Amino acid sequence: MSTEVEEPPSEATDTDEVASETAAVAAPDVLADSLGEYAKLWLARVRSGDSGFLPVLLGLVAIVIYFQARSSLFLSAGNLVNLMTQAAWIVLLGMAEVWVLLLGEIDLSIGYTSAIGATFTCWLLVPPHPWPWPIAVLVGLAVPAIFGGLEGLIITRLRLPSFVVTLAGQLLAIGLLLEVMDFAAPGSGGTIRLYNNVLSDIEGGAMSPLAGWIVMAVSVALAGTTFIVRDRRRRASNLAAPPASVTALKIVMMAIAGVVVVLIGNTNRGVAVAVRGVPWVVPLILVIVVAYSFLLGRTRSGRYFYAIGGNAEAARRAGINLSRIRVAAFALAGLTAGIMGIVYASYLGSVSTNVPGGQNVLLAVAAAVIGGVSLFGGRGKMLGAVLGGVVVAVIYNGLELLGLGAAPQYMWTAAVLLAAVIVDATARRGRSTA
Amino acid sequence: MTNPSADDARPATAGRASARDSDQAMQAPQTQPVHAPAAVDPVSAQDANGSDGADGSQLLLRLVGVGKNFGPVRALTDIDLDIPVGQVTAIVGDNGAGKSTLIKTISGIWHQDHGEMFWQDRPVHLHTPKDATDLGIATVYQDLALCDNLDIVANMFLGQEPVRHFQLDEISMEKTAKQTLADLSVVTVRSVRQPVGSLSGGQRQAVAVAKAVMRQAKLVILDEPTAALGVTQTRVVLDLIRRLKSQNIAVIVISHNLIDVMSVADRVAVLRLGRLVAVGPKSQFDAESIVDLMTMGTTRRLVGQPAEPSRPAGQSSGSSSEH
Repeated sequence: MSTEVEEPPSEATDTDEVASETAAVAAPDVLADSLGEYAKLWLARVRSGDSGFLPVLLGLVAIVIYFQARSSLFLSAGNLVNLMTQAAWIVLLGMAEVWVLLLGEIDLSIGYTSAIGATFTCWLLVPPHPWPWPIAVLVGLAVPAIFGGLEGLIITRLRLPSFVVTLAGQLLAIGLLLEVMDFAAPGSGGTIRLYNNVLSDIEGGAMSPLAGWIVMAVSVALAGTTFIVRDRRRRASNLAAPPASVTALKIVMMAIAGVVVVLIGNTNRGVAVAVRGVPWVVPLILVIVVAYSFLLGRTRSGRYFYAIGGNAEAARRAGINLSRIRVAAFALAGLTAGIMGIVYASYLGSVSTNVPGGQNVLLAVAAAVIGGVSLFGGRGKMLGAVLGGVVVAVIYNGLELLGLGAAPQYMWTAAVLLAAVIVDATARRGRSTA
Repeated sequence: MTNPSADDARPATAGRASARDSDQAMQAPQTQPVHAPAAVDPVSAQDANGSDGADGSQLLLRLVGVGKNFGPVRALTDIDLDIPVGQVTAIVGDNGAGKSTLIKTISGIWHQDHGEMFWQDRPVHLHTPKDATDLGIATVYQDLALCDNLDIVANMFLGQEPVRHFQLDEISMEKTAKQTLADLSVVTVRSVRQPVGSLSGGQRQAVAVAKAVMRQAKLVILDEPTAALGVTQTRVVLDLIRRLKSQNIAVIVISHNLIDVMSVADRVAVLRLGRLVAVGPKSQFDAESIVDLMTMGTTRRLVGQPAEPSRPAGQSSGSSSEH
């Protein structure tokens, strides 16, 4: 035998060059010393493919400008409030989908399980002997949550693809919806009205103008304080913190967004009588986004969602219980779908077996992906579903306003979704070759 | 790498294994039947010194007669190996020699069928990876098991995040992570908050090792740590191994690269066909003798002082020619 030593075959794949570029993809928050440097690092990051919310925001602005140019009614207070209530249910279903998308899974059943939940809620509230509405709501949330949890159990125990299991779940849910409706309201034509005023007011009612301002001010103050306290604690521990100017800019932008929403809501949109105020669904979604973002960003379980989505094998070796997180994801998706079902019933004033659940769930996936949630798992934020849901709602609202039918609505959504997936896949490739 | 039959290659199965693995096909002599060791049997070198390492340092882990079967296939046979504190032990061997089986046995993925393991002179039985982790054995596999989408801090603490007021205690995590990396002189990462996916190969390896060190590992096992790295990054990793050693951590390195082995190891253990054919201080070996041992099981070239003659050669040769 010769003295030649076998070289490892992969010697050629040198990764040295990457080191010099690392700054480009690191979070600018912890690297920058000043606002200018922050902007520079942020631009570098966008160029490297990790663009965050930038594409969806730019897309939103472009679409809004287009519709406003075509119809001056688009940016009227009345239409914008209308838009908020339309967007609400898409946003909620999108957030439901984020839970499973983060793990690289998908749930196709929630469009119909949400309707089952809402059917239970509406059924329990039917006069003459309505149950207390909080109990009706709890039942309406629990049913889809349990349905989702069971799907999750099947997926994890039997190691089946979530696509197929939740597709079966969707078909089952359609059948169950018909059964439940038939039992709850026989001979009603498959519709139950929502009789409760509290729940009707989610989409139909509005905060008083003063309450709107107070809620907005308190929210911005709380968020701002959280940012500042966090930065201060990091600096006190000698850790890098975002420059004060960047934090200030963030708070100012939040405040501006809040003021705009409240101003729109508080403008009189009535014709005969004055109608003012931000719809209740806006603070409801705000609370849910904050709660979910906290769960995902600040807790151990939340971190495990990202870890499993990023590298399930690494998560498993780290001792994380994968099955538990996966089942929880499907249950949380179901729970959020339950919220959406009630909001949807509030929007329509009733719940019906004619709900386009299959289409809604695809819109929800589209909303999440448009908002930067990766279909491949491990990347995305709850806020992304909000922005993506707004984009989808703007398209539907705008095309309706222009008097165009369903055909262009579908085609526009298709184009935007395709663009979002391309951005997602390109960003992913950009990172893996970086 | 979890395929048992690719991991062992007893003589009878050598043909099948080489068909499976083109690298092995290049090692023609391997398919020859095992013959008795000729001049020197370096296995005896370690036994002469009793329960202490070759230079008298404290023993951390001791394997006595460890064997592992997969069905009728003997992946490991009669392994006697000492792992001393603060030293780097390189385990070398051709594909299918049993290196992976050996480290998986040490790291609790598989329990040995024969023999015993002693951790700091106490007998231990490692049935799960957690048993090994609890003792302080950390294994860094070739694929590193890092989440590219999470930052360095999140990866280092994955599964063991401290919680304060129902929230992740990011500040204490980040401080500890920074300190650990600084202790290992990993200075090239600009921020511990950058995603691991943006790091170079050597930096990723450093993060994986730092993760092990941070969890108070006493024994760090590195599986082919330099296999995918270029020259500069390899140097980074070898420096890292030396620093582990200087922190009095025992290190086991699995490597194909004999240049790396000779530059960083204190002790060398050569595996062939599931059997330890030579163990000893690095000074007893050179690249050529290691290749001889890896491929033929014997060598006529031992450098330095030859191994102390102790155990009769027949004991080893007799067992190696069974089957």
